[in-house]
Amino acid sequence: MTTAPGARDDSGISEGKGGSEGALALNGVTRRFGDFTAVDNVSFEIGPGELLALVGASGSGKTTTLRIAAGYEIPDAGTVTLGGKDITRIPPERRGFGMVFQHYALFPHMPVEQNVAFGLEARGVNKVDRLVKARAALASVGLEGAGSRAIQSLSGGEQQRVALARAMVIEPKALLLDEPLSNLDPTLRQATRNDLRAMLRRVGVPALFVTHDQEDAFAIADRIALLKRGKLLQCGTPEELYHAPVSREVAAFIGRGSIIPAEDKGNVAAVTIGGVKRDLNVTRPKGASAKYDKAFVVMRPDALEIARGAGVLAWRGRVTNRRFAGGVVVYRVELSDGVVVDVESNSADAHEDDNVSVSPLKGPHPLVPA
Amino acid sequence: MRSSASRQSWIIALPVIALLIWTVIYPNAAVIAGSFEDGLGHWREFLNSPADLEALRTSLVISVASVFASLAIGVPLAFLLGRFEFPGRRLLRAVATLPAALPPLVGVIAFLFLYGESGVVTRAIQRALGMAEAPWQLKGVSAIVFVHAYTMYVYVFLFVSAGLERFDATLDEAASGLGASTWRRLRRVTLPLLMPAVAGSMLLVFMNALGSFSAPYVFGGGLRVLSTQILASKTNGAMGLAYVETTVLALSAIAGLLLFRWLDRKRKYTLASKGGRARRVIRSRRVQLLMTGLSAIIVVMLVLPHLMVVLVSFARDGSWTTQVLPPEYTLENYRRLFSESELWRPITNSVSMALIATAANLIVFRRFAGRRFLELLVALPWAIPATAIALGLAATFNQNDFATARVLLVGTFWILPVAYFIRDIPLVASAVESSLRQMDSSLEDAARGLGASWLMTMRRVILPAARPGLVAGGLLAAVTAVGEFVASVVLYTHSNRPISMEILAQLRALAFGTAAAYSVLLILLVLLMTLAARSFEERLA
Repeated sequence: MTTAPGARDDSGISEGKGGSEGALALNGVTRRFGDFTAVDNVSFEIGPGELLALVGASGSGKTTTLRIAAGYEIPDAGTVTLGGKDITRIPPERRGFGMVFQHYALFPHMPVEQNVAFGLEARGVNKVDRLVKARAALASVGLEGAGSRAIQSLSGGEQQRVALARAMVIEPKALLLDEPLSNLDPTLRQATRNDLRAMLRRVGVPALFVTHDQEDAFAIADRIALLKRGKLLQCGTPEELYHAPVSREVAAFIGRGSIIPAEDKGNVAAVTIGGVKRDLNVTRPKGASAKYDKAFVVMRPDALEIARGAGVLAWRGRVTNRRFAGGVVVYRVELSDGVVVDVESNSADAHEDDNVSVSPLKGPHPLVPA
Repeated sequence: MRSSASRQSWIIALPVIALLIWTVIYPNAAVIAGSFEDGLGHWREFLNSPADLEALRTSLVISVASVFASLAIGVPLAFLLGRFEFPGRRLLRAVATLPAALPPLVGVIAFLFLYGESGVVTRAIQRALGMAEAPWQLKGVSAIVFVHAYTMYVYVFLFVSAGLERFDATLDEAASGLGASTWRRLRRVTLPLLMPAVAGSMLLVFMNALGSFSAPYVFGGGLRVLSTQILASKTNGAMGLAYVETTVLALSAIAGLLLFRWLDRKRKYTLASKGGRARRVIRSRRVQLLMTGLSAIIVVMLVLPHLMVVLVSFARDGSWTTQVLPPEYTLENYRRLFSESELWRPITNSVSMALIATAANLIVFRRFAGRRFLELLVALPWAIPATAIALGLAATFNQNDFATARVLLVGTFWILPVAYFIRDIPLVASAVESSLRQMDSSLEDAARGLGASWLMTMRRVILPAARPGLVAGGLLAAVTAVGEFVASVVLYTHSNRPISMEILAQLRALAFGTAAAYSVLLILLVLLMTLAARSFEERLA
């Protein structure tokens, strides 16, 4: 827990010279508030230039985890390391990280330029140099010439970009972003995702960002760490979390789909609905046991097909809801035994209250233990 | 619809406007006019009088010094209590605003009992060090600033505490994340954002110190300040000079007000109220001990004046001469207050006059709740020192003359209730306005949309919304009026003398015990009113 006496001094943290070698890692980090354990033994590592999204519902501990990485919270157990050096107890002002706050935390009494230059001012950069750098940073986020504007006159999207410029101008050793997109309206949000990803990539340092929106996470992150009640459920690429969730909880949170009891036969799993039994190809996460005692298969809407009327060897059901979603139509179908699934289809033939048959596609379908 | 409604509201507000013009604008105009009754003669007299110029300078020096002394106490205390958690914090927080509960004159005499030449602390130190004379004298500018700092730091403390509470903690975190040290964060982020709160409290202290009367009057020594100078000129019958002095005092106050407005003009942002952060727990044993020790000293300093007044109220009159503490204790002081009608009279006077002034205010502000156009009229009694207001009343209501709208009030019972009424206007008005500002303005539109007449909207929507403000403002008004001293000393007569004047009279007669007993009763009255207002408020809720 304690930092070696020399670690602070030779870490070079306060120099702010940039430098991208050095992964950011949390090792078995735990943080309690009274009886409540906000973060429970969480570990992950982010390499230089890598983007990791911390995803979870509100209260899952993702913001506390971010604050531990930033140095605003000191964990009760575990360590934070940067390039292998323990920085757990180094205060935020000497970590040299760039942080973008959820509500941006721009200083309301300073114009845009001074906000961006603040970190340079704190590093003793002279006035001319810091103005030049601040303007360059503003230009890099598409805000040329906005330097003298008041914070109050900026739109939400502009404020977000100023906050980003402010975090990047100090050539941070890591970038931390708390819900960077949550205050933007939906259209702007879509557009900003790509910009954000490109910018974070360009900086080439470990980047950690918190979001409750899995679409943001899918669009931006290289890897996703899913938190629930302070525990890390799974950490992997978006594809891994989507196609090979390690548990029902992960499957329920990531992507859409119905979780249906299945009989695990090893290479396939059997699902019986209304007396119709189908064997499905399944995937399981790396390192999982070869056969679960009790298992569930995750039926994604895009892994099912629908047809009107009764089909041979198909599950039968009734359409309770039909929703046009652009290129596809999403049907909600109530099958026998009370099982409800969503089916995505290119065909718009079926309507509400129609009797339909639903069959699984070839798969493989994710299989999770009970 | 709208125009007829606003015409209606004007008709109802008109008598109120007339009343305020008559009692607020007219007397002040009379003072200004009076200062020119001899052409520029009185002004020349003022400018050629070394005493008057010195009084003006001293008034300003005291005001500025009081502002800085209050800042020096209030800002660190607000940070200490707002940002740190340590043993003893809650007690310190509980007593931090205690000085504001002392009526001005009572605070002054408590200081006299404690730190005066024959005060307890002074004598104790003198004895302990074996000195032949008192180690200090409670006189002059430093003594006045000392008392002002004690009573007025509360404004700074409350404003800065509120500012800290509303302070968005992520701004501080953002600054530290960008590499700013504690000192830089304080200098570049925290303090600039607290400036509006600090400036607001500085203005309050400045205005209060400029108009302060009790402290300079009681232990100014030979010191001249404008407010006491005005009374002296009036007593000497030099009314023209008194008018000039009054005008100068009022102009200084208004100049101060405008200066602060101008300094605060650039601010465009407000503090977002996203809730403060958790207070930092002091872990180091040594720092903890230091903070607890420091707060213990502050707590004692804050509570001592109150305790001292209570103690002296039981001292037998005339018995306390050269001893450190009063040697003889008795219930006699209180018994006499309750049994002798001449001694009881100031108490009924103060209570009835305060109630009249408060009731008048409540009636007036019920009628024009929701209107802002009287802002200037309402702000004027706040900006103008009480001595100036009192002199204006003395100059106006000194004869019955229908043609100039003058009524003889000077020398009658009614002059003080009128003075209290005027002094109370800003308190009630601002309380009502702040509770109306919290009201969602669409409520009024909704009521109109549902077909309610202007009158019904007023009665069923606006007044209920204004009620918390009326209660709070009424309480403040009553509390201020019952202990009022500054206007009273200019306008009282023997028959309507309020408690404050009686305290002063007893003090002059060296009847310390009786003076203190009055002070204790005054404090109890204030307490009683506060409790009554609170229970009334609860019944409303």
